[in-house]
Amino acid sequence: MLVQQYYRSERFVPDKEMDACGLFGVMHTGGVRFGGQIAIDAIKNMKVRGSGLGGGFAIYGLYPKYKDYYALHIIYQDKNMAAKKVAEAFLKKHFYVVFDEEIPTNPDIRLFAPPLAWRYFIAPQKSSADEGIPDDEYVISRVMHLNSHIEDAYVFSSGKDVGVFKGVGFPEEIADYFMLDKLYEGYIWTVHSRFPTNTPGWWGGAHPLSILDWTVVHNGEISSYGTNRRFLEMHNYYCTLHTDTEVLAYAVDLLMRRQGLPIEIAAKIFAPPMWEDIEQMADGDRKLYTALRMTYAPLLMNGPFTVIVAHHHEMIGLTDRIRLRPITAGAKGKLVFLSSEESAIRAVCPDLELAWTPPGGEPVVVRMHTRDHLKSLNKSI
Amino acid sequence: MYSYLLPEFIIERREDRCIRCRVCERQCANKVHLYDAELDRFFSSEKDCVGCQRCVALCPTDALYVRPRLADYRPNSSWTRDKLQNLKKQAATGGVILTGSGNDKPYRIYWDHLVLNASQVTNPSIDPLREPMELQTFLGRKPDTLKIDYNSDGKPRVASELYPNVPVRIPLLLSAMSLGAISYPAFKALAIAAKKAGVLFNTGEGGLPEQMREEYANNAVVQCASGRFGVDADYLNSARIIEIKIGQGAKPGIGGHLPGEKVSDFIAETRMIPRGTDALSPAPQHDIYSIEDLSMLIYALKEATNYTKPVAVKIAAVHNVAAIASGIVRAGADIVTIDGIRGGTGAAPLATRDNVGIPLELALAAVDKRLRDEGIRHKCSIMAAGGIRSSADAIKAIALGADAVYIATAALVAMGCTLCHKCYTGRCNWGICTQDPYLTKRLNPELAGQRLLNLLRAWSHEIQEMLGGLGVNAIESLRANREHLRGVGLEEWELNVLGVKGAGE
Ligand code: SF4
Ligand code: SF4
Repeated sequence: MLVQQYYRSERFVPDKEMDACGLFGVMHTGGVRFGGQIAIDAIKNMKVRGSGLGGGFAIYGLYPKYKDYYALHIIYQDKNMAAKKVAEAFLKKHFYVVFDEEIPTNPDIRLFAPPLAWRYFIAPQKSSADEGIPDDEYVISRVMHLNSHIEDAYVFSSGKDVGVFKGVGFPEEIADYFMLDKLYEGYIWTVHSRFPTNTPGWWGGAHPLSILDWTVVHNGEISSYGTNRRFLEMHNYYCTLHTDTEVLAYAVDLLMRRQGLPIEIAAKIFAPPMWEDIEQMADGDRKLYTALRMTYAPLLMNGPFTVIVAHHHEMIGLTDRIRLRPITAGAKGKLVFLSSEESAIRAVCPDLELAWTPPGGEPVVVRMHTRDHLKSLNKSI
Repeated sequence: MYSYLLPEFIIERREDRCIRCRVCERQCANKVHLYDAELDRFFSSEKDCVGCQRCVALCPTDALYVRPRLADYRPNSSWTRDKLQNLKKQAATGGVILTGSGNDKPYRIYWDHLVLNASQVTNPSIDPLREPMELQTFLGRKPDTLKIDYNSDGKPRVASELYPNVPVRIPLLLSAMSLGAISYPAFKALAIAAKKAGVLFNTGEGGLPEQMREEYANNAVVQCASGRFGVDADYLNSARIIEIKIGQGAKPGIGGHLPGEKVSDFIAETRMIPRGTDALSPAPQHDIYSIEDLSMLIYALKEATNYTKPVAVKIAAVHNVAAIASGIVRAGADIVTIDGIRGGTGAAPLATRDNVGIPLELALAAVDKRLRDEGIRHKCSIMAAGGIRSSADAIKAIALGADAVYIATAALVAMGCTLCHKCYTGRCNWGICTQDPYLTKRLNPELAGQRLLNLLRAWSHEIQEMLGGLGVNAIESLRANREHLRGVGLEEWELNVLGVKGAGE
């Protein structure tokens, strides 16, 4: 009884099931924007997977009015106003800030140590030395600088027309706190419950992890983290958020944005076929997969994982190559769902037309104005 | 002149067991055991015993014991036995003291102060008996990025040109030991094992005999060292990788010397030198005095082999190794081999072997870090060599940043070597480091090859077990994954150089 009293919040019940996060993603392939209720209800349905120590949402098509500007969501730990001053001076120096405001929150929702959350709509203000640098690169390098040099200030998201809302709490609490069901609409919603396993439960560590337009929610534990991190550092991505998922976000940005690889190829880099399978392939495929594994070996994501990666017009679900963490896909009309559990999809879409579970390493790619997601259907079980 | 040396070993023979079979007498190349038929008794001249344990191992009745003579000189922490013996040797001869095999000084062995991680609960460990556990890796330069385009049928294909890479089935290669330094059976055993295990053996600087070229070309790394012994286009083309040897861990800054007595017809032909002449490989390569010179040689070798083979550069681990490695990669090398202070040798001045160079672990960590800081780590593979004693050393080397490791002394031990440190005498009782036909016959290449293969297999299984414990199923995911290492009993500066946290952190 004593224990019960002490741990008044269910957040800290010690015998809670702690071994698998809940992931959910939903996209309208016609690009129609919709409210947060589906994502919130679905993740609520997987409450046992959450711990109350971290949850968050990524929403695409969020700021149509400012869609040409980078939308920075910055949190200031412990509501540190000095940090805000430094960060804003930095922003002012490097960007045109066209609009900024505190991200509205619901004062009735009590969460653990909420930081001050602010959003800025910005455009690069380049010096003549920076002229040749593409905007995205410019923004990334400033975001990296801000995250690693300004104490107590962390950029949660930095893409255009996309935003990440996250924190310490159950995802539905985070949704209530930021009033996601009331204030926002988008055509992709991804959501995650629970906190990064081996790292402190803090606001920055919650998922989604993001960079520019890329967001990642992840279940599992990446045992290749050190290898991945050190490779990404060579490409000037610095992991500051104390969680293994961060490497996925940066790896996606490196491979897809910088190097221009399609998502299907990136998936085969993260979760490649086994050598014994590659050896059995026809000539062309064998060459391709050998070259991919050779070149991008440091980006192989080892250990159990399921991820939902999103960016504009695309959402991908992927599990590790020996499928230690499965993912389920579902579809009805133009709505496509990805989830840790089929039940969560059925909870929000009882008249689902299709549901399937692809094998390890086989991506489900949901793409705007296509039915590409069905490609993984015939490989599924 | 009397040497005044005290014998290093004491030989005990249990007369109640000895059956006078005279195996010991025949097996000892140093003529330590002498049988007097009249007295039906053995006499042993202990001062000539090198402690190779051949007689002990082959005595059918276990009648022999060869033990170090420890309590001979008066104990003294400063003037230790080996210091005294060496002084006496030099007083008697006036020469440089030679030695064979690796450094036996008690410098810190960092491998023994590093421990690995293991998965628990949320990240399950993987059972290598049920799940695939991939040890294959590729040696060579990797591109910055791959260009992908699509065939007419919509299938993706690689559009960029790739650098030559060599796959090895397991990340354990057999390190450079030249024919001449080691016997032909030992050399052949390395080739046989490499071929069967799907890895590579390194010819060292002694060339590759004609009769082996066809069969073992797919598994050979050929060396181009300062003496250029046996180097011609055919030799270069009968290999997967060409290695330019700049330095060797056991003797950084020192060349090689194969005495004329060891240069038999066969060795002479393979090395392309006259029979009976000393094979001297100078310390420097006389056409390399700068990174630009090195680059010219690298590209000359690439040109000679039509850009089909990766070119490696081997250096000893020395103080400034990270900067040197960076220069080497920029000069166009596809592989950098780092050979640490505990690397073995056929012959080296004792003073150099024991006092020049730095431990492999520190050098490896420093090189990997430097190349990453400069953004060029993917442009080369790193081979770690010098004192890899077990699968655990090997896996820790990979976690520190190596692509694969080279083993040599461990391979010799698998063939029978007992580390008597007398390789330079040419009288290796185990038939390994000798050209004496009576002794080399003791080693059957097929059987020795099988022992080596067993060793490689055993280590692979152990590596798979440890990888599984880490929750990692591909060796690439461990490369430079220092998060999976922790230091025990190391000082702060050492942890910093190694780039690992202390245990408990
Ligand atoms: S040199 Fe070797 S074989 Fe000869 S006596 Fe000593 S241990 Fe035995
Ligand atoms: S190879 Fe032979 S001579 Fe050299 S250390 Fe081993 S046993 Fe002794």
